[in-house]
Amino acid sequence: MARPPSRRPGINRRAQYSLFASYVVAVAGAAIGLLLVVVAMFDPTGFAALRIAASEISRPMSVTMKSMVSGVGSVDEVLAAYWRAGSQNVSLRRQVEADRNRIIEAKAVAQENLRLKKLLKLVDEDSSDLLTARLIASSASSARRFARLNAGRWQGVRPGMPVRAPEGLIGRIHITSPNSADVLLLTDTSNIVPVRRANDNIPAISTGLGDGSVEIRALTAGRNPFKPGDLLVTSGIGGVYQPNIPVAVVVRAQGEIAYGVPLANPARVDAVVVERIFEEAVTRPGPVAPVGEEAQAGNAVAP
Amino acid sequence: MIDPHLHHVPRLGRYPSRFRLAGTPVATVMLGSFLTALPVIAQTAILPPFGLLILLSWRLLRPELWRAWIGLPLGLFDDMMSGQPIGSAMFLWTVALIGIDWIEHRMVWRSYRQDWLIAALAIIFCISGGLFFARITGGGSVRFILVTPQIVWTILLFPFVVRQCARIDRWRVMA
Repeated sequence: MARPPSRRPGINRRAQYSLFASYVVAVAGAAIGLLLVVVAMFDPTGFAALRIAASEISRPMSVTMKSMVSGVGSVDEVLAAYWRAGSQNVSLRRQVEADRNRIIEAKAVAQENLRLKKLLKLVDEDSSDLLTARLIASSASSARRFARLNAGRWQGVRPGMPVRAPEGLIGRIHITSPNSADVLLLTDTSNIVPVRRANDNIPAISTGLGDGSVEIRALTAGRNPFKPGDLLVTSGIGGVYQPNIPVAVVVRAQGEIAYGVPLANPARVDAVVVERIFEEAVTRPGPVAPVGEEAQAGNAVAP
Repeated sequence: MIDPHLHHVPRLGRYPSRFRLAGTPVATVMLGSFLTALPVIAQTAILPPFGLLILLSWRLLRPELWRAWIGLPLGLFDDMMSGQPIGSAMFLWTVALIGIDWIEHRMVWRSYRQDWLIAALAIIFCISGGLFFARITGGGSVRFILVTPQIVWTILLFPFVVRQCARIDRWRVMA
């Protein structure tokens, strides 16, 4: 096939000018695009307003489709469960019996904890929950890992708020629009979470790798203290995430870096909980906080 | 039995509306960009950039349809739908279209295979460029190996998408 002739304007002056003008527009537009990217380097959430329209339009459709296909993500699990169902049943029953004692112990510890906290007059941790919503879509074609949440600014969601599922941490809010919000997932390469090992408090930092796993670097000097099977929870340092949210389990240790898999899979969880930023939840005057002292402090500050 | 293809034969004196002629390609590209609204929570970049694929298909199928600046509005829409920084697809798509124009000026004889090669180059350029932009706008150290599977199956998907575009094109030009 020979090249189609339409691109050659020939000797027609008007067509020549029109073609030239189209290239001028294209090059200028490309330069503007590059400029927008450069602006985004310094202010990644700067053009969030442009996304609002798109996310608000696509939200109803995503919600509808989500309610139709809910459960598709776990089809493979259901099928795999039929494989060796009998022996699995026996081992699971044994495990349940073993776990029952531990649950009773844990309940006792929780009760004791509650009592001690009341003694110390700490803020009730339950007040940090803001709302429960669903993840409805994600940036499936991009190298960044964002998920779209079916709740936004009008529901009280603010950028920076932690998002978690019952199984563990999901991520934090990145951009909000009136009825939806973008969640920066735990596995995004720019999401850094301060964590600690659950059993002995070794501090570390978890960074996403963008492929569904996280990279864990210990903050202690010396050799890598992590072994496969170690459970990592948030440490509460930095004031964003409240402590003791399960984050990941270590699967491989290599040199100074350990690799972990998040405990909560955003594709499987049904609903996620948006929490208040830990620092705000702690410093917020809760119902437990004594009123008298605050009033005094207010009087002291006010002229 | 009537041949089903005969449904598309234009009737005498009738032409497709301007809206259908100009709007169909734009609408299909936007629909491709819109696929990220599917309720899939991806753990890695798995979905091929369908907006880009359909844009390249139309461009290579119908060179006279668009000027290079069409990459700007369509790229902006794609940026709003994907998680990429605004301006990324605007720049990359427009540069890819200008590049295709440039190649067309030099290549006299062209067939379907050359089209596929051109599309493959454009796909590699756009996806790795998008990765670079994601990296410099606060994405941290995203590795290139993360998007190589996406690049491979986007290139492999091109013939299929081009066929679908040709099918839509047949409907588009027939009244």
